[in-house]
Amino acid sequence: MTRHPVIRKAFFALALPLLLLTAWWVATANSTSFFWPPLSEILATFPETWFNGRMVQDVLPSLARLGVGFALAFVVGIAGGTIIGLFPLLRALTEPVMEFFRALPPPVLVPVIALFTGYTGSVGKVVTIALGCLWPLLLNTVEGVRGLEPVLIDTARSYRLSLWRRMLYVVLPGASPRMATGARQALSIGVILMVISELFGANRGLGAAIVQFQRSFAVPEMWTGIILLGLIGVLLSVTFQFFEKRVLAWYVGQRDIERGA
Amino acid sequence: MTATAAPPRPSAPAAQRPRRRRSWSGGVIGALGVLGAITTAELLSRLAIVNPDYLPPATEIFADLWRLLGEADTWVALRQTVTGWAIGLAIAMAIGVVAGVVIGSVPFLRAFTASTIEFLRPIPSVALIPLVVLLFGTRPLSAITLVVYAATWQVLVQVLYGVADIDPVARDTARSYQFSAWRIARTVIWPSALPYVVTGFRLAAAVALILEITAELVIGVPGLGRSIGIAQSSGAVTETYALVILVGLLGLAVNVAARAVEKRVLHWHPSVRRSLG
Amino acid sequence: MPMKTARLADEATETATLTAETKAALDVRSVQKTYEGQGRTVEAIRELTFEVGPGQLVCIVGPSGAGKTTLLRCMAGLLELSGGEVVLDGRPVTGPPDGMAVVFQEYGRSLFPWMTVRQNIELPLKEKGLGKAARREAVDAALAAVGLLESADAHPWQLSGGMQQRVAIARAVAYEPSVLLMDEPFAAVDAQTRAELEDLVRSLWKRLGVTVIFVTHDIDEAVYLGERVLVLSNRPTVLLEDVAVDLPPERDQLSTRSAPRFGELRGHVYELVQAAKLGQRPGGDVEEP
Repeated sequence: MTRHPVIRKAFFALALPLLLLTAWWVATANSTSFFWPPLSEILATFPETWFNGRMVQDVLPSLARLGVGFALAFVVGIAGGTIIGLFPLLRALTEPVMEFFRALPPPVLVPVIALFTGYTGSVGKVVTIALGCLWPLLLNTVEGVRGLEPVLIDTARSYRLSLWRRMLYVVLPGASPRMATGARQALSIGVILMVISELFGANRGLGAAIVQFQRSFAVPEMWTGIILLGLIGVLLSVTFQFFEKRVLAWYVGQRDIERGA
Repeated sequence: MTATAAPPRPSAPAAQRPRRRRSWSGGVIGALGVLGAITTAELLSRLAIVNPDYLPPATEIFADLWRLLGEADTWVALRQTVTGWAIGLAIAMAIGVVAGVVIGSVPFLRAFTASTIEFLRPIPSVALIPLVVLLFGTRPLSAITLVVYAATWQVLVQVLYGVADIDPVARDTARSYQFSAWRIARTVIWPSALPYVVTGFRLAAAVALILEITAELVIGVPGLGRSIGIAQSSGAVTETYALVILVGLLGLAVNVAARAVEKRVLHWHPSVRRSLG
Repeated sequence: MPMKTARLADEATETATLTAETKAALDVRSVQKTYEGQGRTVEAIRELTFEVGPGQLVCIVGPSGAGKTTLLRCMAGLLELSGGEVVLDGRPVTGPPDGMAVVFQEYGRSLFPWMTVRQNIELPLKEKGLGKAARREAVDAALAAVGLLESADAHPWQLSGGMQQRVAIARAVAYEPSVLLMDEPFAAVDAQTRAELEDLVRSLWKRLGVTVIFVTHDIDEAVYLGERVLVLSNRPTVLLEDVAVDLPPERDQLSTRSAPRFGELRGHVYELVQAAKLGQRPGGDVEEP
């Protein structure tokens, strides 16, 4: 079993997940508990719950709001973070305020934004997601720009690189590892806010649907929602890693060599 | 989902450089920034650039915050929030550290659990909200479950990085002297992993507060989050803002305290001294 | 102060080509540099004046902490002067000047890790406005000159330290500067690589006719490479002595380093540096550090 490297790898990757799923299956097989329906029942409920229009009416709009909010935060956070990071005075001026907003648990934005836009439409939700995603992106970009290798800046200066070349070839790539860290934090906060923003006022969306199941005690359906949300989380993480690996290949390679790996 | 996958980099010589020069002048400038932000908020409201029904003047918000601080209810809510946060964080630390050291130091377990951890980690903690509501309702246990789930990953992942970062020579030395597993854990693994444990603690502390407040706000677990929800739905706009600021200050305190712990614990640690020298 | 006009190719002896009307490639006039900290001022450079003729290779040595790097950064336009001026090709230096390239000591950190070797060398050429074909040609020529053609598509961090410094040199060479500043470029490579890189610098300098200012703390290296060695005092820095290196222009690691004249010059510079360490100032007076 462990002789061939590929088989060995497959074994280690699949063994525990299969074991856990089997355990879940067996443990709930004859379950009569209201809260823990059999896994077989949950899986059987899955298609009818989500593929009868809910995918288009609930899941996709939720993901679209997440996408738009995240994209807004990404653009504003990186542009703003770069500018703040480049000017020490501006940074000193804004740092405590930014620290406050970073420390503010993002869900408390929901009631405040509800005041302005209400929560029936998409605007309030998108603004909530964007505002929550903004701070990790902004602050990590500031740190990334600030922590640029001074010798590289001297090099760029001594070769008289123009402002936009310095931005494009030196500042942005140099800060990109920190930007990626910020984007990863932002994405996880974005998913939380995507769900939470739907719990207020709205009646549509993935998060709203799951809570409706729970409130109407449709427990197997609720479980399918939890599983779906988990799958979306994993999918987003895999997608993110895919892009990160491409964009930051140089960084990973360099780090591994520095560590002597 | 979790915040950081990249392990901390203990040495950052480039970032340390300019710090020393702007000590007090930086503080003054920062205070000016805070003052500027508050003044802007005040003016936006007073000049009705933003509807004052939605954004009351900052002075009124702070006055209301002052009033709230004089009320016992506020302190009860604050205590409830902090208690839930602290219990959840403590449980997460215990689970994360023990599981991390055990999994990290046994190569078989490490390989065996890697895919599962990678899969479970990005599952958003809020996915569990309906489940905990069914199981525990609005009792504090709901919040604590969410906090533990979210914070444990932060600690676990950092500890795994830390154990992986142990100097193999140190471990081989300990093995060649036939140290017991307990002694190896105490003398080799723990000190090497400590900086990562502390980083995990700092990340977990922030995430734990987010989930505690979320649970209070969304589920109605008693605490500051629920107070905000109540204030907002009853149309007490100024109080909503005052409570949001209070929660923000709590978050700030958590961050500052966590960083102070990090600094204190790692003050004498060789990895810190190495990067300074 | 000796100045030379001759291009290196037809240079015969040290004294034959001295003239007074030469325009210096780099003219350092009464340069002063004082760092202002919070409630603390550090006088790094008290007063430095020297000229470097076109096509010369001048080494600058001094005890550690003599402000060598400060001086280099002042010449490169990376640091503002507190007094005096630096003139490059007749134009005063106010910021990083046109026609000057710098090779830094921290070879690993002066290369952009997110670019390949080729992209690293190409970037300054893009800034110069060279076309694609011309850039390719220039990069290939520079890489061939440092013997790294086959590493063009590698990332800098995949190369050894010596190779990384070669890339930095190739980048500077491809830029075709009139003055090349090198700040202790070989301080962090092993002895063997160091000898190779020293010969590389000599041969590039001869082939390209570029003016080279080479800062080092290594006395042997300074005498082996330079036509002149400027010895700096300790802080606050002044010029202790301008030593002419009258070794034959053809140098190699073995015969040059074992020549009696090399030994004499080395001994002389060594004594100067030792004296500088003890606080020796020009004119014989000793200032307590």
